[in-house]
Amino acid sequence: MAGAVWAVTEVGANGLKGVSNEVVACGQKLAATLGKPLEAIVIGAGARAAAEKAAGKDVAAVRLIDEPALDPYTPDAFTATLRQAILAEGPELVLFPHTYQVRDWVPRLAAELDAGFVSDVIEHRVEDGRAVFVRQPYQGKLNADCVFASGGPHLASLQSGAYLASDAADGQAPAAIVDQAVDLSGVEIRTQVLDTFQEVKDKVDLSRAEVIVAVGRGIGKQEKIGIVEELAKALGGQLAASRPVCDNEWLPMDRQIGSSGQTVAPRLYVAVGISGAIQHLVGMKNSGTIVAINKDANAPIFAISDYGIVGDLFEIVPALTEKVKEAKGAA
Amino acid sequence: MKIVVCIKQVPERDARLRIDAGGASIVETDVATEINESDQYALEAGLRLAETEGMGGEVVVACLGSDRAEEAIRRALAMGASRAIHLSDPAFQGGDAAATGRALAAAIEPEKPDLVLTGLQSDDAGWAQTGVIVAARLGWPSATLIMEIEPPKDGRIKVKRELESGWFQWVTLPLPAVLTIQSGINTVRYATLKGIMGAKKKGVRKLAPADVGVDGGQIGKAGRKVEVTRLYVPEKAKGAELIEGDAAGAAATLVDKLQKEAKVL
Repeated sequence: MAGAVWAVTEVGANGLKGVSNEVVACGQKLAATLGKPLEAIVIGAGARAAAEKAAGKDVAAVRLIDEPALDPYTPDAFTATLRQAILAEGPELVLFPHTYQVRDWVPRLAAELDAGFVSDVIEHRVEDGRAVFVRQPYQGKLNADCVFASGGPHLASLQSGAYLASDAADGQAPAAIVDQAVDLSGVEIRTQVLDTFQEVKDKVDLSRAEVIVAVGRGIGKQEKIGIVEELAKALGGQLAASRPVCDNEWLPMDRQIGSSGQTVAPRLYVAVGISGAIQHLVGMKNSGTIVAINKDANAPIFAISDYGIVGDLFEIVPALTEKVKEAKGAA
Repeated sequence: MKIVVCIKQVPERDARLRIDAGGASIVETDVATEINESDQYALEAGLRLAETEGMGGEVVVACLGSDRAEEAIRRALAMGASRAIHLSDPAFQGGDAAATGRALAAAIEPEKPDLVLTGLQSDDAGWAQTGVIVAARLGWPSATLIMEIEPPKDGRIKVKRELESGWFQWVTLPLPAVLTIQSGINTVRYATLKGIMGAKKKGVRKLAPADVGVDGGQIGKAGRKVEVTRLYVPEKAKGAELIEGDAAGAAATLVDKLQKEAKVL
């Protein structure tokens, strides 16, 4: 519908992805404040079951685009699909999850539509009838209020976990599913997908760990990781890492926490020498108790931690290991 | 094979940032800078591809930024790029990804490269859009989050994309194409002394909007479709309770709190 708010969902191998409801949750809030209808968009070959699931949420309609050319995902097919749908229906605001897939095709869509695209949004508010989106540039050190400086359609992608999927309200009755017609016959799909695979077969499943001690760039070199491993052992927990540590091959990739690694929520998470880039935070911020040890008092990790020690990790970590051993010995 | 690598000069990772009087950008004049991390990996990937036997490769650096960004450009030249184009005119600056992508694409087009590489996102603005927008403006295919590149064959290039949660994907694309590179794809070389000396003599072509044939209204501040109205230090909603004292004292206090307050030990 012209002027509507669209919540674009993402469909994976197991159907509608969890982030989809985060987008619906944000869309419900925005649509209500702006006084616009909210429509959920489901794109994918054979995605009817996902559309039926989306229709359970409180949305005015679900638009399903189910075309064989959409499997496997390619940026050319997805861009052409949504471009046609947007030009046909004229939504005012189109919301996406800030997934890796969205990063692959939505900037192209924005360029082809000559539309503004605010990516990686963490929250929004509405001022004088227009949406203000907040994002975190400079590695999360600063916040930026963003508004659209040109006419619609306006595109925005939402950081994973910024909105709660559980806030997406169910509808009183299933919403209508509208088959959105697109014509992909003239679209040249230039990307050829050869193989999609999981790199590490016997990977360590960190999602079951009760205690995780994660080490970051601040450790400086591989030889020093031993002191962090000692702390993990003393706490009876698993050793994990942020991306730079795995990039340097100081620890294997299957120990990585964050958007490109595993998502965890242990009872206790200790972050050692991790500054707290957004890509890491999305993988661990729902942990029970978070402890951060870092030399930089302004590191973003402290903002989401319960306890923090600012100082030299090479002094603090061995001292902490000793105290944990003493405490456990006494218990 | 001609490869253009787009690089951006950004504040150093640990740099102290100050917000300027306008309240919507940082003070850039005195901040320590470096080449954006994933762009360094993109540059290394480009150099390796160009150095592959039989490739006859050349790497040209493209950079949009103030005159100061020439430091980053010289470093890239010292690492092995042969020359650079620098969109240095103030009219190019202050743009969003749409404006920056349009300007870069216009400057790259006459170079007629086979491949354009850049980092997947910048460490400052972090839009994660510019590379793909460059591809769209050039009318070329693109692939993002690249973790491996094979030398092109029969006009196509095979690359490994990183997906989420430990999944990967091999895809091929016809050339010319744009790839955005994920950090960690390779080990970035250091510039040698010889490289640094040699870089001083390499050509850096400064460009103004008229040189690249773009309308002033479509680039920089004038061309942006998203406007940052305010930049500020985030309020710490939760915020850690900071534990003071020397290492042993702080460790003892922390263990006590983990036992008695948080009850996780």
